[in-house]
Amino acid sequence: MSEKIKDNVIESMKEVWERTKLLHDAPNHYCPGCGHGVVHRLIMEAVEELGVMDRTIAIAPVGCSVLAYNYLNVDTQQAAHGRATACATGIKRVFPDKIVFTYQGDGDLAAIGTGETIHAVNRGDKFLIVFINNGIYGMTGGQMAPTTLEGAKTSTSPDGRDVDLMGHAIRIAEMLALLPGAYYITRQAVNSAKAVRKAKKAIKKALQYQIDGKGGTCLVEVVSNCPSGWKMTPEESNKYLDDEVFDFYQLGDIKVPPKEEK
Amino acid sequence: MNEEIIIAGFGGQGVLSMGMTLAYAGMVEDKEVIWMPSYGPEMRGGTANCIVVVSDDKVSSPIINKFDTTIILNQPSMDKFESAVKPGGNIVYEANNVMNPPTRDDAKVFKIPAAEEAKKLNNPRTMNMIILGAFLAVKPIIEISSILEALKKVLPKRHHHLIPLNEKALRLGMELVGKD
Amino acid sequence: MNKKQLMKGNEALAEAAIRAGLQGYFGYPITPQSELLEYMSRELHKRGGAFVQAESEIASINMVYGAAGAGARVMTSTSSPGYSLMQEGISYIACAELPCLLVNVVRGGPGLGTIQPSQGDYFQAVKGGGHGDYKLIVLAPNSVQEMADFTYIGFDLADQYRMPVLILTDGALGQMMESVVFPEYDIEKNRTNHSSWATTGRVNGREQHVITSLHLQSEDMEKQNQILQKKYRKIEENEVRFETIQTEDADFLLVAYGLSARIAHKAVNLAREEGLKVGLLRPISLYPFPYQAIEDLSAKVSGILTVEMSAGQMVEDVRLAVNGKVPVGFYGRMGGMIPQPDEILEEIKKLYSPKRRQ
Repeated sequence: MSEKIKDNVIESMKEVWERTKLLHDAPNHYCPGCGHGVVHRLIMEAVEELGVMDRTIAIAPVGCSVLAYNYLNVDTQQAAHGRATACATGIKRVFPDKIVFTYQGDGDLAAIGTGETIHAVNRGDKFLIVFINNGIYGMTGGQMAPTTLEGAKTSTSPDGRDVDLMGHAIRIAEMLALLPGAYYITRQAVNSAKAVRKAKKAIKKALQYQIDGKGGTCLVEVVSNCPSGWKMTPEESNKYLDDEVFDFYQLGDIKVPPKEEK
Repeated sequence: MNEEIIIAGFGGQGVLSMGMTLAYAGMVEDKEVIWMPSYGPEMRGGTANCIVVVSDDKVSSPIINKFDTTIILNQPSMDKFESAVKPGGNIVYEANNVMNPPTRDDAKVFKIPAAEEAKKLNNPRTMNMIILGAFLAVKPIIEISSILEALKKVLPKRHHHLIPLNEKALRLGMELVGKD
Repeated sequence: MNKKQLMKGNEALAEAAIRAGLQGYFGYPITPQSELLEYMSRELHKRGGAFVQAESEIASINMVYGAAGAGARVMTSTSSPGYSLMQEGISYIACAELPCLLVNVVRGGPGLGTIQPSQGDYFQAVKGGGHGDYKLIVLAPNSVQEMADFTYIGFDLADQYRMPVLILTDGALGQMMESVVFPEYDIEKNRTNHSSWATTGRVNGREQHVITSLHLQSEDMEKQNQILQKKYRKIEENEVRFETIQTEDADFLLVAYGLSARIAHKAVNLAREEGLKVGLLRPISLYPFPYQAIEDLSAKVSGILTVEMSAGQMVEDVRLAVNGKVPVGFYGRMGGMIPQPDEILEEIKKLYSPKRRQ
């Protein structure tokens, strides 16, 4: 062995991991096993790697991630429930050079904010929507979301979601992909190392499109877990994603920019 | 001078633009002016009216219910506004469109066959200018030259070639006063 | 020099906003304010600003939130039902202390109501409107010229106090045409630089800026409230605006704002013609309200009549100011009906007493 030991530190030791620079050094309030922390990290890594911190503005509306500015160390606006895309439109139309992303849950994006979401995408406003879909209202205590799967038990569908009474789970990414204003729409996950790598790539790609001024709205849906709301251990919740959720919310690109189509 | 006028008729008769022309012309002469339209469903084909005030002094209320002159272009407006003219005021009305002439004996009444004359000019849309001319003969508060100046503002550029025709209509209207 | 133009109130306001350096307008069609939206759609793009016809008033106000939070000079306009829809967003904007201009071209309500002019949104405008303890500076023009003038003042006050300013006008002032002259306005000189707090991106690696109205710890939320309240006290001290007409020798006082004040002015003239010494006080800033000026005048007159296009809203503030010293009567019309000068004169005669108190 050739390493020299100096002050108890192996000199040839290489730094293989460091805290993401654009994350605040703060303990987060998310439940153990929740996907939010991972997605926060991926976005901040992408912003850092693309070198656009000095013009990036995040928008976090109401939901578990309403306090995202305590973790994301970029300029952030906290928006009203469902209105993140409207805020983003306001910023982006007046300041087209800013790099803007919203960070929205499924209740926010697909229930109370459906109108704002559809019209922002329909206008093709050039920002990124990061859409965390965990099929439940986490912050308010595990109520049924528009994305909750048929039969799933929540605090407002205690006997399981009855689609005759409560409507069906919405695949909003597929709906949005129908709009000409949508530029890049993909559905990702963060429940395995491989999935995390792919999700990071998708986020970075979407931000790059925005930096390049490419035409249209980008949406990266991350089908995530909610161990607390689902009443599962983190491990069970990740398995549940693989076993059941991805059957309905199939992962992969839903709409890609024209020239990239095969 | 402080002249308070209401112009009322059907949508499409040029009620609002007649009033606007008058207001513009007042401004050309550096007078204080107000143009207040009735707006809403009336705009869409029903009855329309506008209030115009032309004054040497600052105008207090744009909301007025008694007028120095009422210019009436249809029967429903006659029914509604005949009573709104001040004693001693003027009622100028279009002969063809009003069946029942006004009965006020404390106002001066001018019946103007503007629709018929407009037909003779081969342009029924000049009816409002004939009426405006008649009004200006009754109440010479604004110079014709100012009205022509105002038409440049009120009419879209593509209609500016019609200004000479409008002038003809105005002068015709002035001549019609006192002829009936 | 800037010359006289004949314009609708809505258009004059829009033109003034563009001349004041408007960077973004977000709005939704509703009668009787649509000319403002249409004017912006014609003019703003070609004069360097961004125009978006939003999908709703809710989206409009949140677009304003976003762009104002990024430091832009922005506005929205609407009419009563649309203004109700905006209340949540306005509460957020007030708490997050974002400067912007709001315009409510009021129509008769409640409900879908009528498109005719009204002053029925006074309470909503000056007593809050949305949830929580907040205020807007509320300016009430009464002419097309003031529709323009107050737009400049509104933007500057919004910047100065970092808060929304509301222009409370009505359908008649929005629709009517009068001559207007646009004053010279130096955008660069008058605009405040918001880079110390706006979310612009962390320029040169500076500290993160956050725009939020969320303070989960009650202690923090109370602190934010105290900041707002302190600001409001300062505004009450410095920004009261009103006009008096023939009050010097008046035995009797009318109080009216906006269009009603124009009509009341005519009623004053009619009363004076009959030898009744009537004066008029017109609040221009509805918040802050000219309590002191009314209190001072109430010591001199025998009675007061408040005239509104409502069931009687501002009259409550007049009574607060007068505090029982003299009788305060009310005359109003509702639902798009407008009080007429001769009707007001009749009311004056019922209450008038030629006893000047001082």
